Amino acid sequence: MIQSADVAVNVAGVSKIFGSGDQEVRALDDVSVAIRQNEFFTLLGPSGCGKTTLLRLLAGFEHPTRGEIFLNGTDIAGLPPNKRPVNTVFQSYALFPHLTVGQNIGFGLEMQGKPKAEVEQTVDAMLKLVRMEALKKRRTSQISGGQQQRVALARALAPHPEVLLLDEPLSALDFKLRKEMQLELKRLQNETGITFIFVTHDQEEALTMSDRIAVMRDGKILQVGGPREIYDRPAERFVADFIGDTNFLRAEILGVDGDAARLRLDAGGVEIAADLPEGAARSGAVTVVIRPERARFLGPDDAPPDGESALDARVEQMVYFGTDTHYHLRLGGDERFIARIQNDERLARAPAEGDSVRIAFPARAAQVLKD
Amino acid sequence: MADAARAAERPKRPRKPFSVQRMPGFATVAVICFVALYAPLFPLMIYSFNAGESIAVWQGFSWRWYESAWANEQVKEVTIRSLVVAAFASGISTALATLAALGTTRTASFKGQTVIYVMINQPLMVPEIVTGVALLIFFAMIKVATGYTGLAYLIAAHTAFCIPFAYLPIRARLEGMDKTLEAAAADLYATPWQAFRRVTLPLMAPGIVAGAMLAFVISLDDVVITELVKSAGQDTLPTYMLGQLRRAITPEINAISTALLAVTVALLTAIFFLSRSKE
Repeated sequence: MIQSADVAVNVAGVSKIFGSGDQEVRALDDVSVAIRQNEFFTLLGPSGCGKTTLLRLLAGFEHPTRGEIFLNGTDIAGLPPNKRPVNTVFQSYALFPHLTVGQNIGFGLEMQGKPKAEVEQTVDAMLKLVRMEALKKRRTSQISGGQQQRVALARALAPHPEVLLLDEPLSALDFKLRKEMQLELKRLQNETGITFIFVTHDQEEALTMSDRIAVMRDGKILQVGGPREIYDRPAERFVADFIGDTNFLRAEILGVDGDAARLRLDAGGVEIAADLPEGAARSGAVTVVIRPERARFLGPDDAPPDGESALDARVEQMVYFGTDTHYHLRLGGDERFIARIQNDERLARAPAEGDSVRIAFPARAAQVLKD
Repeated sequence: MADAARAAERPKRPRKPFSVQRMPGFATVAVICFVALYAPLFPLMIYSFNAGESIAVWQGFSWRWYESAWANEQVKEVTIRSLVVAAFASGISTALATLAALGTTRTASFKGQTVIYVMINQPLMVPEIVTGVALLIFFAMIKVATGYTGLAYLIAAHTAFCIPFAYLPIRARLEGMDKTLEAAAADLYATPWQAFRRVTLPLMAPGIVAGAMLAFVISLDDVVITELVKSAGQDTLPTYMLGQLRRAITPEINAISTALLAVTVALLTAIFFLSRSKE
């Protein structure tokens, strides 16, 4: 196994099975993933996909049924939570109600047996980091939800863990505060240089904050990659569907050249070029995805520019969204396509419902799915 | 149209939620209950201040029966015995109940958990006289075998029936506590003992104090089991009072009862406020 210095956490072939016999639940199924140093890594998936179980395995609250977990080269799979240089920000924050804000933040350091002066110093530095200096002596019940969130962060960061685990920490905050905290988390990660592993079911949160995202379903990691890669190059139907809106079109592969393929769309019989992910079928019938915002309208007489493909369609419905409009289109062969077109005053004439239109999209806007 | 018709049928005023307080006769029943519960206590308390020797004929206000009870060596002796037994019994039963509460709420659920729960609370269900007779026979056998006749029998008996009273508030406290807090402590490098000592124990403390006080009151007030288990010359305050009632009754017994009532009410009030406190 490769164990480079660049890897902070290496999860190798980990399975977690709860219960036994008929009630056996396979929460994680042979999961392997390497998380890099100083990375904002997100585990994204719907509830029950195993993302929280994986986080609990990393924290030490559960132990893997099979497989190994390496933290900077050391196997930690069997260690209890208090022996791991890993801290957690809990979904419910889990602040100690009988301690003050300052005592909460100092708890980890105190348990590590750090001298009093050092604890005090770090607590003050942490309070400054999360901008809560004034509230040091308050009880945790006397501060707002957003402030509790900051205290929970400061408490987990104070012992300077090698990895910080965050279990949907923003889900209890209202929309505006959540946006604020997303930026705050990014800032904290940059300033502390600690590897963050963030669990969420919110795709937008994952896209805006992460360096890399692992999309999970049914105890398996389906795809790992940067936000752009996950969004633009989803390898599987579930990933494409879970993240953003997308169009699925049936097609047939005509020829393959490396990671590019030439296809014929069932709708209208148009030939297009598409990206072919590793492990996808190299011939026969496949499904391709095209993001709605990649499409644009062509004028009635315009020919598609070089390398672009054009499709004939009819507008069935229009939904206005302020910055853009969603056109629900019907293609030949009864397939549907949603095009998201930015609203622009300068646009000569926007199509109306019932109009026949031509849409074009760039050469490699399409991606072949593995399934 | 159908919707509009249905809307018109609906009563204009919003329906009030059902409340037993609005039922006819609620106030009357409540008043009768409170009078039945508390009225008999008033003559007892009032006549404890009687200047005369009667417990039924008022002859003016006086502290004399309190003074006489206070000066009564026998009352002093049995009161101290009661307090000693109650202190030991509540202390031991609270310690055991704390362990039992931790064992039934802080471990992975195990087979027979319900059975354990029922067994811990068994003294609440079994008639006191049955427990008393059983202990009388059992202790008699031990007394014969060992020759020991000290206060330990009473303390053991009281501990046994005090356990569920101490257990229930402690368990309630533990069940209401967020288990993530203990996970957070472990996550922050606390050993299991440190997590217990620094997080679980401080948070369950109000439950423990409430449980101990309840056990103390229950032990202090017990008659049936004490009467059966005590050896000669081991009267507690309640059994002494029972004995006095068989002779000439003076308002001294009222004075002692009132004092005992005051102590009980004070402890129960404290328990009420403790179990209400959030942290």
